[in-house]
Amino acid sequence: MTRPPIPLPPLRRPRSADLTATFAGLPLPQGTDLPPYRRRELILLVFAGVLATSALAALTFADIGELSLGIFSIGLGFFCLWALAHLAVRRFAPAADPVLLPVVVALNGLGLVMIYRLDLAKSQAAKQAGTHIPPSAAQVQLVWTLLAVIVFVLVLAVVRDHRKLARYAYTAGLIGIVGLLLPIAPGIGTSINGARLWLRVGPFSFQPSEVSKIIILIFFAGYLEKKRDVLSLASRSVLGVKLPRARDLGPVLVAWLASLGILVVQNDLGSSLLFFGMFMVVLYVATERASWFLVGFVLFMIGAVLAHSLFSHVQVRVDGWLHAFDGDNPSSTSYQLVQGLYGFAAGGMTGTGLGEGHPQKVPFANTDFIMASLGEELGLTGVMAILTLYALIVLRGMRAALGAKDAFGKLLATGLSFTLALQVFVQVGGVMRLIPLTGLTLPFVSYGGSSIVANAAIIALLLRVSDSARRAPEPASDAPLFDPGAVADSPTQVVKTT
Amino acid sequence: MNRPVRKVAIACLVLFAALLVNANWLQVGEASDLKTQPTNGRQITERLERERGSILAGDVEIARSTPSNDPYKFQRQYPAGSLYSDVTGYYTLFTAAGLERSQDVFLSGDDDRLLASRVTGLFTNKQRRGGSVVTTILPAVQQAAAQALGNRKGAVVALDPSTGAILAMVTSPSYDPSPLASHTEKTATGAYGTLSGDPAQPLLNRATQQTYPPGSTFKLITAAAALSHGRHPDDRVAAPDELALPLSTVRLPNFGGERCGDGETDTLTHALTISCNTAFAQLGIDLGAETLRQQAEAFGLNSTFPDFPLQQARSVFPTKLDGAQTAQSAIGQYNVRVTPLQMAEVVAAIANGGTEMKPYLVSELRGPDKKTISRTGPKELGKPVSSDVAAELTTMMESVVTSGTGRKARIDGVAVAGKTGTAEHGTDEPPHAWFVGFAPSDAPKVAVAVIVEDGGGELSTGGAIAAPVAKQVMQAALDTP
Repeated sequence: MTRPPIPLPPLRRPRSADLTATFAGLPLPQGTDLPPYRRRELILLVFAGVLATSALAALTFADIGELSLGIFSIGLGFFCLWALAHLAVRRFAPAADPVLLPVVVALNGLGLVMIYRLDLAKSQAAKQAGTHIPPSAAQVQLVWTLLAVIVFVLVLAVVRDHRKLARYAYTAGLIGIVGLLLPIAPGIGTSINGARLWLRVGPFSFQPSEVSKIIILIFFAGYLEKKRDVLSLASRSVLGVKLPRARDLGPVLVAWLASLGILVVQNDLGSSLLFFGMFMVVLYVATERASWFLVGFVLFMIGAVLAHSLFSHVQVRVDGWLHAFDGDNPSSTSYQLVQGLYGFAAGGMTGTGLGEGHPQKVPFANTDFIMASLGEELGLTGVMAILTLYALIVLRGMRAALGAKDAFGKLLATGLSFTLALQVFVQVGGVMRLIPLTGLTLPFVSYGGSSIVANAAIIALLLRVSDSARRAPEPASDAPLFDPGAVADSPTQVVKTT
Repeated sequence: MNRPVRKVAIACLVLFAALLVNANWLQVGEASDLKTQPTNGRQITERLERERGSILAGDVEIARSTPSNDPYKFQRQYPAGSLYSDVTGYYTLFTAAGLERSQDVFLSGDDDRLLASRVTGLFTNKQRRGGSVVTTILPAVQQAAAQALGNRKGAVVALDPSTGAILAMVTSPSYDPSPLASHTEKTATGAYGTLSGDPAQPLLNRATQQTYPPGSTFKLITAAAALSHGRHPDDRVAAPDELALPLSTVRLPNFGGERCGDGETDTLTHALTISCNTAFAQLGIDLGAETLRQQAEAFGLNSTFPDFPLQQARSVFPTKLDGAQTAQSAIGQYNVRVTPLQMAEVVAAIANGGTEMKPYLVSELRGPDKKTISRTGPKELGKPVSSDVAAELTTMMESVVTSGTGRKARIDGVAVAGKTGTAEHGTDEPPHAWFVGFAPSDAPKVAVAVIVEDGGGELSTGGAIAAPVAKQVMQAALDTP
């Protein structure tokens, strides 16, 4: 008894949305038939472009009371910029998650509009005071965004298989630490607001810890992937907690402590917190030992207490957090925080509307306190929407980790997503006075070049992992899964399709 | 390896949930608290962009907003300069004081009673406008008070005893609120710095925010307590040249070493007329500290006036007094402290047949369309003395003006009642000169309290320095129809 042959899956027909790829002269993805991920991505991308353009239109209307065609062309330019990234995904990661990129574009668009809005306030104040009008931060940020798109495309193009990154784990560890040390080097390092974290070339300053974060994560993930069996098996029990042998965990501990030490000395509390959390999570996922979390937490508490008693800048931050409103006039330690809170309060449920509030009253309104600016003008509604967008990125990243077929991919994607979540939590939580304020940027939104470039690379890596996770398993090389000719040639053979 | 990844994902969700809850708490739950923080300048900035309502004294605009050509759209102006600054207060880019502060919700247009005009504003797409606040101040009386006080340090409060409406409130030195309202930050902060750093404290409203020893004007309260406890104006009380204070080596003399009556006793009326210290100190000891305190509290000491729209200091009659302290307190020394507004209320209560009316400064609230939204009516605060006692006190106070220390407050053809005071404070500084009183004493129209700081001396008593000021203020009030 023979079964009728299973019908072949329909061949992939060219779809209208593939026009972009056709125009760009890029070959359509070959081989496995994929759901129309990239078409969905393009549609979502259009939404993100419309969102940014309407925000700009609302702002312009509030500012000068009329709209011009210029806004539309700026919006179109912004869309085209990110459409380049979309084309790269089409070419290099056709099966990747279609939600990640549009969400990033929406956040980036809102950030750019808010940075531009604060530019307007600054130039108005300068005009009124008769002083020199400061250069536009939005223009600089747009250049950085272009650079971020280029880095995004490069990462996707160069890293065709994320598993190959694991080979360079040790090199990555070394480069990461050297990168962290760079700002201390004389000549190229610069101090901004009391922390020596930046490299300066001409008008552009760059914070290498943003990129080092990713590179060191590659080292953590690559190293722990290789050693994870040894780590969970060859361990000694100390006080009921199973600890690994020092020589297994040694290199990673050294790298971690070195980076933490450098960051704490450099007065970069936020980044040291990020590195700590990143390491703990990757270690936990690699070994599946929850008890280490406990050890990590105790270590964290000891470290926090030590940092508080050793470093005056830590004491200032904690004091400004606990006693923000003490005294009639908030001291300089909590002035920014309190002004930011006033901004959130002024926004209320629906916000004042873009261009209608006074976010410029908060110091660092376009970098560390951009969430307060958004909270004032877009209100609780806007803040919740933005937080939801971040949650979406993180969950999509975790999804890529779940689907990844290799341990390194899982560790990498989990580490990247968690780092992003932790960064948003520490950043927004600090501005909202949930936790002490640490100097971190809000990914994709804050003004700052290194932040957007590094985060674009993170998204590219997540898309890479997601792409490999969503591809159908490659057919085994020895025999094709289904060959109608073979069936015709040997009539007695029963085709199994399980 | 997927189990720990899922757990990490859940942990991330918890982090985001914490942020969402915090955002709700911050922007909705705690928002109104944050908005009213004293260091929050946003509220004021937002309202600077609206047409703020005027503050009026009669028909005169004493604070108004006019269109301006800067980002704030409207400029606050005080056309009369410093004349009304103790009433209006000021309105700066960062903060506000006086009526500008206490009536801010109405002036800025946020008051619910302005809702109707706000709703129509929504449809006509007009900017929200503030309502006007009409004060009880009579410009003529205010002007007379400012003129009479001149540039001497002090305060004048005049009120209508039958309603409690404040007719004039002048304190000196004062300030012009206009530079404070400037939209040029440098001008505003510079002016504020100069004013707040001035040792003469021009920003202080001496009529309500400053307390002084009442001196002999407190004898009215001691007399009121005595008359309420069975004494009669013609009763003779002990009035030695020097009073030995109980449990103390200090001997209390009369002012300038004068003699009251026959040097042994004096009638209550005469003792008040010439302001005899020993008679009232002894009377205080006889009545007891508790009786004095009760009488003082009945007039409003040891509390502040309810719903009053300006910041107030609390007038104090101390507790736990020994005999010597009681004697001192009975003549308004030791730790007794009063605001000029409190003393004006004391005489107003006596003028009003013993019924004290609640003092008020805002008579009417008007919408942007000039329609009346609410009107303040007179309200009784209490009855510190009976109408008989009030009548007896009035007669005694008339005698102070006709033949006693307050002769300089006499007005031709009008019966005036009053009491002088020369209050000592500190050993090196000259005493404060007080006059409190009302006119006409048979049908009172105005009650006043005047203090000239450090104005007294051996030869210049409250009667010499403060009484003429009070006379001019009362005259102005009587001339106003």
